Amino acid sequence: MDVPVSYYVVLSGIVFSIGLVGVLIRRNIIIILLSVELMLNATNINFVAFSSYLGNLSGQVFVFFALTVAAAEVAVGLAIIIALYRHSSSINIDDFRLLKW
Amino acid sequence: METFVFFYFASIIVVTAGLVVALKNPVYSALALLVMFFHVAGLFVTLHAEFLAIIQILVYAGAILVLYLFVVMLLNLKREEHFHSQLIVGLFLGCVLFAEAVLLVLKGETTLGNNLAASAAPIELTRGNTESIGELLYSTYLFPFEVASLILLVAMVGAVILTKKGILEVKS
Amino acid sequence: MVYALIPLLPLLAFVVLGLGGHVIKKRAHVIAVPAVVGSFLLSLMALNEVASGTVLRIPLYTWANSGDLTITLGLFIDQLTVAMLLLVTIVSSLVHVYTVGYMHGEPGYARFFSNIALFTFSMLMLVMSDNFLQIFVFWEAVGLCSYLLIGHWYERESARAAATKAFLVNRIGDFGFMVGILLVFVTFGSLQYQDVFSQLDQVAGGTVNLLGAIGGNWEISVMTMICLFLFVGAVGKSAQVPLHVWLPDAMEGPTPISALIHAATMVTAGVFMVARLAPLYNLSPVAMDVVAVVGGVTMFLGATIALTQTDIKRVVAYSTLSQLGYMMMACGLGAYVSGMYHLLTHGAFKALLFLGCGAVIIALHHEQDMRKMGGLKDKLPVTYWTFVIGSLALAGFPLTAGFFSKDALLLSSWMSGGLGQMLTVLGLLTAFMTAFYSFRLVFVTFWGESRVDPDHAGHIHEPSKTMTVPLLILAVLSILAGYIGIPEFLAPAFSGGESGGHHEGAAATGIMVAATAMGILGIAGAYFVYVKSPGLPDRLATQWQSLYQLSLNKWFVDEAYDRTVVTPTLKMADSLWKRVDVAVIDGAVNGVARTVAWGGWVARLLQSGQAQNYALAMTVGAVVILGALIFL
Repeated sequence: MDVPVSYYVVLSGIVFSIGLVGVLIRRNIIIILLSVELMLNATNINFVAFSSYLGNLSGQVFVFFALTVAAAEVAVGLAIIIALYRHSSSINIDDFRLLKW
Repeated sequence: METFVFFYFASIIVVTAGLVVALKNPVYSALALLVMFFHVAGLFVTLHAEFLAIIQILVYAGAILVLYLFVVMLLNLKREEHFHSQLIVGLFLGCVLFAEAVLLVLKGETTLGNNLAASAAPIELTRGNTESIGELLYSTYLFPFEVASLILLVAMVGAVILTKKGILEVKS
Repeated sequence: MVYALIPLLPLLAFVVLGLGGHVIKKRAHVIAVPAVVGSFLLSLMALNEVASGTVLRIPLYTWANSGDLTITLGLFIDQLTVAMLLLVTIVSSLVHVYTVGYMHGEPGYARFFSNIALFTFSMLMLVMSDNFLQIFVFWEAVGLCSYLLIGHWYERESARAAATKAFLVNRIGDFGFMVGILLVFVTFGSLQYQDVFSQLDQVAGGTVNLLGAIGGNWEISVMTMICLFLFVGAVGKSAQVPLHVWLPDAMEGPTPISALIHAATMVTAGVFMVARLAPLYNLSPVAMDVVAVVGGVTMFLGATIALTQTDIKRVVAYSTLSQLGYMMMACGLGAYVSGMYHLLTHGAFKALLFLGCGAVIIALHHEQDMRKMGGLKDKLPVTYWTFVIGSLALAGFPLTAGFFSKDALLLSSWMSGGLGQMLTVLGLLTAFMTAFYSFRLVFVTFWGESRVDPDHAGHIHEPSKTMTVPLLILAVLSILAGYIGIPEFLAPAFSGGESGGHHEGAAATGIMVAATAMGILGIAGAYFVYVKSPGLPDRLATQWQSLYQLSLNKWFVDEAYDRTVVTPTLKMADSLWKRVDVAVIDGAVNGVARTVAWGGWVARLLQSGQAQNYALAMTVGAVVILGALIFL
């Protein structure tokens, strides 16, 4: 390939950083979860790129499993959000302060 | 040619990722994410991971995003007012983290780039990607495969229980 | 081996009374008195055995064995020891009996007996010690007992202060003593008297360079250093100048212990120690001169102060100080036998004087001021006559024991050379003062018109038999002790020193005449001043105002100490407390606590409860670690 693997790594890094920033600065819990998905996708890109460049399929198998786990996590996360919403009619993360000292 | 394709996919991915984070309306964010998923699938295809590309669309775009949209509709969310107070710090940290990642790559690029540029051995194209992954999955990675199914089971059960009415209310 | 019972009986009495005193209470004397009388009888047995010339060495117990150092407990009984044993047990027994009457009905009755039993045990072990460490241990023990007994009426602040003062001043002496013992061990390699005495010839010429560490040169004989340091201990214990200040204040304790401890036994421990270590002192002329001069100064100072004191116990206390000076002076001039002779006779008549004071005090319901007495000689006949006998012995009136011992002492001092002759003149002058103040005491207290407080005047009567019988026994001893041949008995213990017995010759007669003359002049002087011309004392006091004030205020020694030592020490302690302990140490400790609390308060702010803050923290951590991986 003409595209060096470092480009993929940089792309993956950018997307991961964006996802991280999203987790840190958004207040809507759903958007936070979407940002987590961004981070997961970024790692998937990384894995597949290396799998292609090293000629080893294990990277793709790993992506397979990461995908599975992401799906499970989303399901549970959204279930939690719904339960929270039922409790306090808000999904603003600032409203959930039970851990405060 | 490949580079052009790569840059197209990469730029769209970056832009839509930024939109996911920046847009105030959650539905718009979800839709931007959808576009990103499609382009990631495209990227996978250029990397000869066709099976994963399809799985990406099926699972992420077809299941996960739909789930998100369902919840957004269900909760009838409005526009969010303003960003969190951590905005500046967060942006700064994101940049720093990215810079560090780049530095890491630059540091190691001498060996990696050379190796890869030289070897760049393509994956066997005699059998299909799906067939190869399947073979790997059912032989070497059999145990994680079974465990993955367990994880899904747990997630399902958890989701059902968590959304039962009255689970978070104090019994009076 | 049976002689180990001599100290053991009083020790048992102490243990029994100490533990069971609150049960026994008024019957405490039943246990204490037989114990000490038993010790006396055993001491007589020892006398019998030693008189024929044998010396008893009884090792008792090896306590520790560490390299070159062996610490043992043992008894060494020679003529000197036996003489002290008899003195201690006789006076202790008589004081025990006297106490039954004196402390009758007091709440601390059993405690008192247990403390004097402990004291008797310690003193007996002290005189029977056969090694330096043992004598030091029991030296401290008698100091402790002195503290306990002076502070017997601890409800009184003056008693507490006096007890502490005695202990502290003693401690200063004990420090010197300890250094001396260390030097002995370093020089001789052993702490046993026997080993030390046998090695004396080899060590005799050794010198040590005091300034060697800083490159100077000041050679001092090793023996001189050892003897001087050991003498510091004697200065503290025997109340020599400058560590004499505790003895007058020790009169805060009950009179029986003033008689026992501060007249006959504890204060004589210093003189005893110098006499016991005579072979060491004989090798150091410098140290001996120091001892003699210190003794002489003490002798003079004590007598001058006694001339003006108004508390009867204080007069006798300063008299004790003065007589101790005599004894120390004699030892310092090499006249160990005479010094010990005087120690023994003094023990008898000074104890008598103190007990007599006690009888007067009890008869007048705890009145101690001479100016409020007078006219007692008809009301307290036994007390009066025994007191007179004691005073005559103190003044050195012919035919009393005091006469013989003081005469021997002055003669031996005169015979020992230039310094001795100067000190003998001083001693004669002091003999005049001694006679003067002791008969001043007799005349003011017992003669003349009664100046007693009218409330008490009607109830004056002779004290009980338990108090008068010891007075009579001591009076007899004050006379007879001169005739039983003490010097001849003691002489073998100081082989190589001066011989006992009576000297003949012009010097002997001269001294005898001079001493007797001084004594009689003193008595006559006191008679003239205090009986014949009543206004004379006050006129003399105003005429010689500065000398009178100097004497009355004890030469301002206490005040000088207070200004130079006590107050600066207290100030330094105060500033150390306020500036170092409170500000620095407490500040640091509290500061640590405050810092931790502040840190906790700050750290608490991290727990905001907002998940995104936690996410931020995690991100920061990840960034830092990555940075470390990249750059380091």
